[in-house]
Amino acid sequence: MDSIMDIRNLNLWYGDHKVLHDISVSLPKNQITALIGPSGCGKSTFLKTLNRMNDLVEGVKITGDVLYNGEDIYDPKLDVTWLRKHIGMVFQKPNPFPMSIYDNIAYGPRVHGITSKVKLDAIVEKSLKDAAIWTEVKDRLNKPALGLSGGQQQRICIARALAVEPDILLMDESTSALDPISTSKIEELALELKKKYTVIMVTHNMQQAVRISDYCAFFLLGDLIEFNKTEDMFSMPKDKRTEDYITGRSG
Amino acid sequence: MRLQFDQQLRQLKAEMLDMGGMCQMAIQQIVESILNGDASRVKNIHEMMNEISQQERSIENICLKLLMQQQPVARDLRTISAALKMVTDMERIGIQACEIAEIIAKGNIRNIEAKVDFKELADEITKMVGMTIESFECKDIDLAHEVIAYDDVVDNLFCAIREELIEKIKNGGSDAEYFVDMLMIDKYFERIGDHAVNIAKWVCFSITGEIKIV
Repeated sequence: MDSIMDIRNLNLWYGDHKVLHDISVSLPKNQITALIGPSGCGKSTFLKTLNRMNDLVEGVKITGDVLYNGEDIYDPKLDVTWLRKHIGMVFQKPNPFPMSIYDNIAYGPRVHGITSKVKLDAIVEKSLKDAAIWTEVKDRLNKPALGLSGGQQQRICIARALAVEPDILLMDESTSALDPISTSKIEELALELKKKYTVIMVTHNMQQAVRISDYCAFFLLGDLIEFNKTEDMFSMPKDKRTEDYITGRSG
Repeated sequence: MRLQFDQQLRQLKAEMLDMGGMCQMAIQQIVESILNGDASRVKNIHEMMNEISQQERSIENICLKLLMQQQPVARDLRTISAALKMVTDMERIGIQACEIAEIIAKGNIRNIEAKVDFKELADEITKMVGMTIESFECKDIDLAHEVIAYDDVVDNLFCAIREELIEKIKNGGSDAEYFVDMLMIDKYFERIGDHAVNIAKWVCFSITGEIKIV
């Protein structure tokens, strides 16, 4: 297993409340890793530590190492904008900017200094194609992104994340607000994306984790209980707590 | 948690045990018939076979419904997928018992005791199928392994009877049809043993997640 992120002895506090307990795990490159666990188990917090989204939370304290391709992402000298260019994020609810489809996708590249119209056109087309929405929007690129359906908006958000050519895409319950058809499109997209990108996703949908993830991490009360190949975890989990959760018998 | 699902799984187990009981009863009847030379004991075997087949359909339907409704994983998925495989082997046991009953019903079985000794093989098969069902009921992996090892005992008895029959045919026994029928019964018993072994392997799978079906 070729890892892209190595997490060592990661602890996280919000004020006095310890949310993550001594997490150590290596996340594999060009694979889909699903983070599962009951509400409040720390999986979303863990996801947010991977591109320093928790920095914005007041009173947060983090110890341990989070290495991206061997580099410590919590090194004070590290440029967070650079980090988030390489590790993009898609949230639970689609959140396109209140601007045109084209400008949504071109936003990131413009921030990173690309001004050439030819280059931007190429990036927009490639990103929308990679996000499997090009054919649906190519004739209305100048229309507002907010006029699209929820599933389309979410794929626009994925295209926006892809436009800055990240290595890793973090997805925080990115299909939970979508209907089954839109969910299915995003799932197929994730399977396609892993050829070029690494996908790390939080999901409450066990069947989704089984359908699309290669590896699975089960969190409970801030502890990483089990990390395993998804197929193995869902057929023969190692830990009874994992078994109880995935079979719906815990709590 | 998942009270309805647990209730459905208990129901599935009860239906499986019923089907196992039907197979045991079918075997018991043919064994008694052979050992007593009494063909009348197997006259309702076709009815029993129909019941076994219906039970197989019923269990398959329960399993498919559970897969659709509950989307099981881990031990639940193993239990249900193993049940789907086990009922096929149970139904085959019923078919083999029915085949034996048909030979018995031809009336060729009288005084069999004097000619071919099936007692030991019949006793071992009865014991083996009983152990198989118990291993499923109690999720007893050691007992399931014992069943799998027991296959050699049954195979050896099958071979011994086969050798005996070959000798009798070589010696110019006058009743060739009878000897062929006895060889068929011998083989059907041996096949019942094989199906019991398959069921025991699925019991192991439902417990460990590992499957070694040849």
